[in-house]
Amino acid sequence: MPEKYHIKTSPVPPRLPRIGKYGVVDWREDCAGCHNCVKRACIYDRHRQEMEYIRNLSDVNALFFDCMGCFSCVQDCTKNLLGMSINPVYERLGNEYWTPDIIRTTWLQAETGKIPVSGAGYGGPFSGAGFDSMWTDMSEIVRPTRDGIHGREYISTSVDIGRKVSYLDFSSDACCNNLPPLVTIPLPVIFDMNPTKFALPDLTNIKAAVAARTGLISIVDSRKWPLPGIDFEQLLPHIAFYLDENTPLPSHDVLKKTRLVEIQDSPDAGDRVKKIKDICPDIVAVVRIELNKNGLDRAIELACCDIEVIHIIADSNGNETGTEHPRFIKDMLRTIHTSLVEDGIRDNITIIAGGGIALPEHVAKSIICGADLVSIDLPLMIALECFFCSRCEPGLACPAKLENIDFDYGTGRMTNLIAAWHGQLIEVMGAMGMREIRRLRGETGRAMFFEELEEETFGKFFGKRKQA
Amino acid sequence: MANFLGKENRLKEILPGNTFKTRVAQIQIERTVRPSLPRFRNEIAKWIVHRNSDCIQCGNCVKVCPYGVHTLKTGYKFFMTARNHLCIGLTCEKTDHYCVAQCPQQALRLVESPAVQALGDARWPADMILATWKMARTGEVPSENFGYEYNCGNTGGGFDRLRFKFPEKPPAELSDDEIDLSIELNRRNDGRPRIKIDVPWYGGGMSFGSVSNATQLAKARAAVAWNTFTCTGEGGYMERLRPYDDHIITQVATGLFGVREETIQRAPIVEFKYAQGAKPGLGGHLLGDKNTPDVARMREAVLGISLFSPFPFHSVYSIEDHKKHLDWIKHINRRALLSTKVSTPTDVDMVAVGSYSAGTHIVHLDGGYGGTGAAPDIAKKNIAMPIEYAIPKVHGFLDAEGVRDNVTLIASGGIRSAHDIAKSIALGADGVVVGTAELVALGCVRCGKCESGRGCPRGIATTDSELSEKINIEWGTQRIINLYNAWYNELKKILKRFGMRSIGELRGRTDLLMHLDYSNDVERQA
Repeated sequence: MPEKYHIKTSPVPPRLPRIGKYGVVDWREDCAGCHNCVKRACIYDRHRQEMEYIRNLSDVNALFFDCMGCFSCVQDCTKNLLGMSINPVYERLGNEYWTPDIIRTTWLQAETGKIPVSGAGYGGPFSGAGFDSMWTDMSEIVRPTRDGIHGREYISTSVDIGRKVSYLDFSSDACCNNLPPLVTIPLPVIFDMNPTKFALPDLTNIKAAVAARTGLISIVDSRKWPLPGIDFEQLLPHIAFYLDENTPLPSHDVLKKTRLVEIQDSPDAGDRVKKIKDICPDIVAVVRIELNKNGLDRAIELACCDIEVIHIIADSNGNETGTEHPRFIKDMLRTIHTSLVEDGIRDNITIIAGGGIALPEHVAKSIICGADLVSIDLPLMIALECFFCSRCEPGLACPAKLENIDFDYGTGRMTNLIAAWHGQLIEVMGAMGMREIRRLRGETGRAMFFEELEEETFGKFFGKRKQA
Repeated sequence: MANFLGKENRLKEILPGNTFKTRVAQIQIERTVRPSLPRFRNEIAKWIVHRNSDCIQCGNCVKVCPYGVHTLKTGYKFFMTARNHLCIGLTCEKTDHYCVAQCPQQALRLVESPAVQALGDARWPADMILATWKMARTGEVPSENFGYEYNCGNTGGGFDRLRFKFPEKPPAELSDDEIDLSIELNRRNDGRPRIKIDVPWYGGGMSFGSVSNATQLAKARAAVAWNTFTCTGEGGYMERLRPYDDHIITQVATGLFGVREETIQRAPIVEFKYAQGAKPGLGGHLLGDKNTPDVARMREAVLGISLFSPFPFHSVYSIEDHKKHLDWIKHINRRALLSTKVSTPTDVDMVAVGSYSAGTHIVHLDGGYGGTGAAPDIAKKNIAMPIEYAIPKVHGFLDAEGVRDNVTLIASGGIRSAHDIAKSIALGADGVVVGTAELVALGCVRCGKCESGRGCPRGIATTDSELSEKINIEWGTQRIINLYNAWYNELKKILKRFGMRSIGELRGRTDLLMHLDYSNDVERQA
C-alpha cells in the first residue's frame, strides 16, 4: 500500500489572550454574591477562569473573552445583572473579505490542527459575493460514478506542476526520455510571498521550514537568499525562487537543487524561462502574472505560448486590480480555463491561482473553477495570531507582536493550519465523491452556481432578477 | 383523535407475532395549550428599562405600564427588577403609557439590549428566537406590539426574500373549522396504511446521543398530541419511546446504530437516511465525549469513542440496490411506510424519481443549510443546494414524470416558522420536517456548542446526566405543543386569506409567491 500523506500535528496554544466573539460585559451593581454564575450556570467554568485570569493579569489591555455565548449565566443570574454582547474588538478584526469568523476559525485550526466542527446547522447568509456564490455538489446515494467503495483514506490530494503531454510518441527511441519535468506535491497549495502591505515581519524562514515539513513548496524572493540559520540543503527542494525582472539568477548549484522557479512576467518572459531551462533542464518554471486590467488577456496569451506554468495573482481580497469594476478570481479562472479548454491546450499549462484564498473551501472551489492548485499567503500569517490590522509598516507596533515569535511556535501553528486544511479538503472531496483532486480541475459539474440556480429555479416563477 | 392504526384486533393481523406480544399500551397526550413558563430565571429581553437614583418610588410607572414591566410590591420600599421581556420598546413611545415620558423624575431610560446583537444569527435572528420562545410559552404568536420579525430571517436569500401575495379580500370567507391542514403520507395505494397526520409537518431525526432522553421524549409526546410523528435519528430506538410507538419514525442510517429487526417492526414509518442537510455527503458525527455509557449501550458501540457513520451506504450504488433495501424493510414490517431521506445534490430530481420507482412512500429532501447535529463547518455552508431550490426542482420533475400524486414530498433544512412551512408547500412540497425550531422552543439559543464536551449548556443536546436534568419532560412536551399550536393557527390564517380549504390546495402555487429580488411579472402558465 502506498504511504499515506499525513501531517503530524500537536496543539500550539496561543501567545496572546483569545479574542472571542462574546463577552459578558454588562455586570451591573447590586451583585448578590450568590456565585450562581461561577459555580452553577457556566458549564465551561469561564467565570472562575476569568477571576483567576484577572488576578494574574500581565497585560492591562488584555481582556478575557472566552465566553461560549450560551446565555446560561445571563439567564440564571439571581439579580438579573448580567448582559451579553458581541466583543467589539472581535467585530473589528479583519475587513469585509477577511471576516472576523474567518480569522477566528484560522486561529483555532492553527492551535489544534483539527477540522472545525460545530452544531446547530448553518447560521450565515444565504449566499454572497465571490466564493460564497457557489456550492460544491455531493455524491448522492444512487450514483454509480462514485469512486468505488473506498473511504477517505484513499483520497489523493496530490497535484502535478508542469506540462502534461497529451500523448506519448513511440516512433523514436527517445520518446520517454524527453518528457517535460513535473513537480508533484501532496496538496494543491503552495506558499506565496506576502503582499508588500503585509511584508512585515519577514516569515520566509518559517514558511520554508513548514513547506519542508508538509512536503509543499514555498516561494522565496531570491534576494533574501541565503536564509539565515537554516539547513538549506534540506529546504531547497521545498523552495521556489522568485526572480523579478532585475534580479540575477541564484548560483547554479543552488538553483539545481530546487524543483520550481518563478519569474515576474515581462515581455521577454519566454526567453528568460528558456535561459533558466538551459541551466537547469529539470526545473519547472512559473511565470507570475498580476491580475490587473490586462492580466486576464496576458494569462491566456502566455498560456498559448511555450510557458508551462502560470501563477495568476489577484489582490488579497481576490479581486482584479486597476479596474473600475473588478472581477473576482473565481470568474477570471473560469474564463482562462474555458478559453484554454476550447483551444485544446489546457494540459499544456498548469495554473496556480493566488489572492483571496482564505479558507479551505476556497481551494476546492478555485480548482473546480479551473485552477490546478492555489497559492496562499495571509492565512499563514493569521495562523500566527495576526489581527489583520493592515498596519504592517516599519515603526508601527504590531498588536499581535509577530516580530517576537519563536521558530517552533511559528512552524507549529502553520503546520497545524495546513493539516486542518488538508483534512477539510478531504471532507469536501469525500462528499463530492472524488478520489483524485486532479480530476476536480475545471469540473464545474461538481458545483452549483448561485446565478444559475436562481435563474433555473426562481427565474421561471418570478421573472428577471434585479441587479444589486 | 384519529387513530390511523385502527383497532387492536386489526393490528393483530398486521403486526408480526413478536411485536404484537411485546407491544406496550400507547399513551395519549392531550392537545391542550397551557402557559409554559421559561425555565430560566431571567428572560432575554429586546429592551432594557434602566432606573436611576432619582427615582422617588412614586409608582407612576407601575400604574401607566399596561404590560406589567414595573412591579412595586406592597410593603416593599424598592421596585422589583424590571420585567424587561414584557416591554414593547420604542413602539410605546407614541402612546400615552410610555413610562419613560411619564416619569416625573425622568429617572427611567429605555435602551436596546446588547444581548439582541449577541443572540442568534442571520438564519435565526434574535427576533425569531424571542418570538419562538413566546409561542412556546403561550401557544400564540406574539402580539404585534413587540414588533418581532418572526416570519423571515436576515439571510438575504431563499425563504427570507420570498413573500406571499395575499389578495386584498379572501375569495371565500371561511371559518377555522372549514380549513384542513392534514396531509396523507401514503399516496401509493399499495395496501399499506393510509397514514394521515393532522399538521403538515413532523419532527426531524435527532438521535439519542445527539440530544438527551428528555428532549426525544418531549418531541415524541408532542407528536402524539398533534397526531404527527417524530423520528428516532440514527442512534437506536429507546425503550422509553415505546408508549409512543404509533408516532415514531425509526431511522436506518449508514451507521446502523441500534437497528434491529424488532425496532423496525415497531414503527409505522421507517426512514432510510442516505444523507443529511447538516453535512451532505458525510456520515453522522457523534464526538467521543457525548458517547456516554447509555449511548454506547444503545448503539452497541465502545464507550467514549467518536462515532462517525460511513458515507454512503456501502451496500447501495444503484436504484436496484436501493430497492433491495426498501424491499427488505417491507418484508420485515408489513405495515410500515418507507421514507427516503436524501440531501440536495444537483441531480436531486433524478434521485427522487429513482427513489419513488424503488418503492418509497415519502421522499424527504434535507437542504444543505439545515441540521442540528455536529458537522464540520466546511460542510455546513458549501455542500449541496439550499432547500428553496430543491423543492421546485423535484416537484416539477415528479410532475413531469407523472408520479407527483403517488409520492409524498417532504422538505427540511432551514424551516423555522409557519411562513417557511407555507412557502415550502407553495414551492411544491407536501409537508415539512422541523428540528431546530423544536429545540428553540426548549430554550436553545443556537450557540452551536452541541457537539463536544458535555454537550449543550442548555441541557437540550446533551447526554450528560446532570445537564439533561435541566429539561423536564412534561415542560418540554408542553412547550412544543404550544409552538405547534401557534404554527397551526398561523397556517390557518394564511389559508384563510387565500380562501383555501385545505393545505393541499397550496401545493405548488408559486403564483401566490413573489420574490423581493425579482421583477415578479411572470404570468402563470395554465
